Amino acid sequence: MRVQIRRWFEVIVFVSPALVLIGFLVVMPAVRTLALSVLNEEGQFVGLQNFSEVLLSRDTLNRDRFPLRSPPWGSVPHNAVWVLLHLPLVVMLGMILAVLLKDVTGASFIKSAIFLGMVTPMVIGGGVIRFIFDENTGVINAIFRLVGLTELTRSWTAYPDTALLALILGSIWLWTGFSMVLYSAGLATIPQEIYEAAQVDGANALQKFFYITIPSLRPVTITVVAMTILWELKIFDLVYTATLGGPGGSSMVLALQMYFLAFRSLDPNRSAVIATFLTALTLIIGVWFVRSARRVEG
Amino acid sequence: MRIRWGRLAIHLIAWAVGLIWIVPFMGILVASIRPHSELVHGWWNLSEVNLSFDNYLKAWSHATAPIGEGLKNSLIVTIPATLLPLLIGTLAAYGFLRLRFPGRNILFLGIVLLLSIPQQMVAVPLFQTLLDIKLLNTFAGLILTHTAWGLPWITMFMRNYMSTLPVEVEEAASLDGASRFQIFYKITLPLTLPALASVAALQLTWVWNDFFMALILLYEPSMQVATQRIPLLRGQYHIDWGILSAASMLITAVPVLVFVLLQKYYIRGLIGWTQK
Repeated sequence: MRVQIRRWFEVIVFVSPALVLIGFLVVMPAVRTLALSVLNEEGQFVGLQNFSEVLLSRDTLNRDRFPLRSPPWGSVPHNAVWVLLHLPLVVMLGMILAVLLKDVTGASFIKSAIFLGMVTPMVIGGGVIRFIFDENTGVINAIFRLVGLTELTRSWTAYPDTALLALILGSIWLWTGFSMVLYSAGLATIPQEIYEAAQVDGANALQKFFYITIPSLRPVTITVVAMTILWELKIFDLVYTATLGGPGGSSMVLALQMYFLAFRSLDPNRSAVIATFLTALTLIIGVWFVRSARRVEG
Repeated sequence: MRIRWGRLAIHLIAWAVGLIWIVPFMGILVASIRPHSELVHGWWNLSEVNLSFDNYLKAWSHATAPIGEGLKNSLIVTIPATLLPLLIGTLAAYGFLRLRFPGRNILFLGIVLLLSIPQQMVAVPLFQTLLDIKLLNTFAGLILTHTAWGLPWITMFMRNYMSTLPVEVEEAASLDGASRFQIFYKITLPLTLPALASVAALQLTWVWNDFFMALILLYEPSMQVATQRIPLLRGQYHIDWGILSAASMLITAVPVLVFVLLQKYYIRGLIGWTQK
């Protein structure tokens, strides 16, 4: 009996502080948000009515404009476009840079320069994106002006048809360091003998890359893909400072839409719909990641 | 000879990429030390150069969003919001690894899944909860929130790390009559110091860089943390890039310093953090 009591005492001391805090400040509020999403302003159960209203609204999916006309397309297409452009580029750039920098003099300096974007607060990252795309102070517009592309020379974040694209390009610049660092670490774990054996068999550099490097990096790729999609879905700070979702909602994303619904329109129920929807998307990625990570580990 | 050319090409590409990546940061650095009148022609325009730290002074004691005060508030929040989850998460990690209790595996899996959910999912009820317990718009409220949100990954990371430590030493100590707490404190904890350094580096960076939680939980202007003040520095009609750049440099200096000093642990943490 005394042993039992001592054991429970140990569990309480070690585990309960964490569980209480997580339960109180993460799980409980999340459950309450879930509840808010199916209630109306008076607190009555309305089923999925909020969902159909919010998810079919123009702010979420603007069917008059998407996909044939210029943005605003609504937050869901905006996040989707973000994933479609950002994910493949970040994965490829990170992998290529990691391989390229493997035996380059001064690689650690270049890696640090690329990784700087990951260390920077994303609020500031958003400011920098606006800065480099600014009509007068922006280095990108200076280059366009230099090569004579005057029709592209303007503040990209101030126009509905270019704001989203500018943010996505900027976010590639900020996030590539993440995939590069993970791929670099992955490369270091591939045994050198495999490459030597391939060399003996007469494989060229490209063949080695496609038949040894890419397959060996599969676990890293799964990790990079999962973490990157989660980041793209949750993107908030960067958009907040660069455009506030504008102009005219043309760079609005789910996380920011939720914030505006909750703290500007003061509509907890509708904001809960967006939050729940966003969480469902991230949980799909999370479950997929846990399962595939386990499969890879065998 | 052909191989040499290939190596040269790779070096040129690599250095060019590095240069492209650093240019925006160079722009911020240069803009922060040049007066506004020179920046309208681009920070790279060197026809007239006057270097000064005016922008830093202006940002530090800005009328609507003084960055000096913001940095102080960020420190007040960041230090406890790094140490507290470090302590609680390490305890929990040990508990989940070495103690047996019903529901242990399910609870741990639940914690792992919490890693993927966005902060937006808790925003409104969290605001309400902290209001109810009178912690809204207080540093303590934000510190507790960061602690709770840091715990899932810290617990997971530390548990993974501890699972690589040999259990035999602990068993021997146990036979010698050492209690769980003595074993944890005297044997396990010293061995986890490298992992603790990783956790500290990453948690500190994340809390310092956080914007969303501070945005919803701290609204009193004098209490706002540094990142909250960046959007406030934008003027209504035009942006003073000099002041904004100086503020950005000041705020980014802290995570950059952490990265430079703890680079090895930082990278290990990042890699470990992503492996569940």
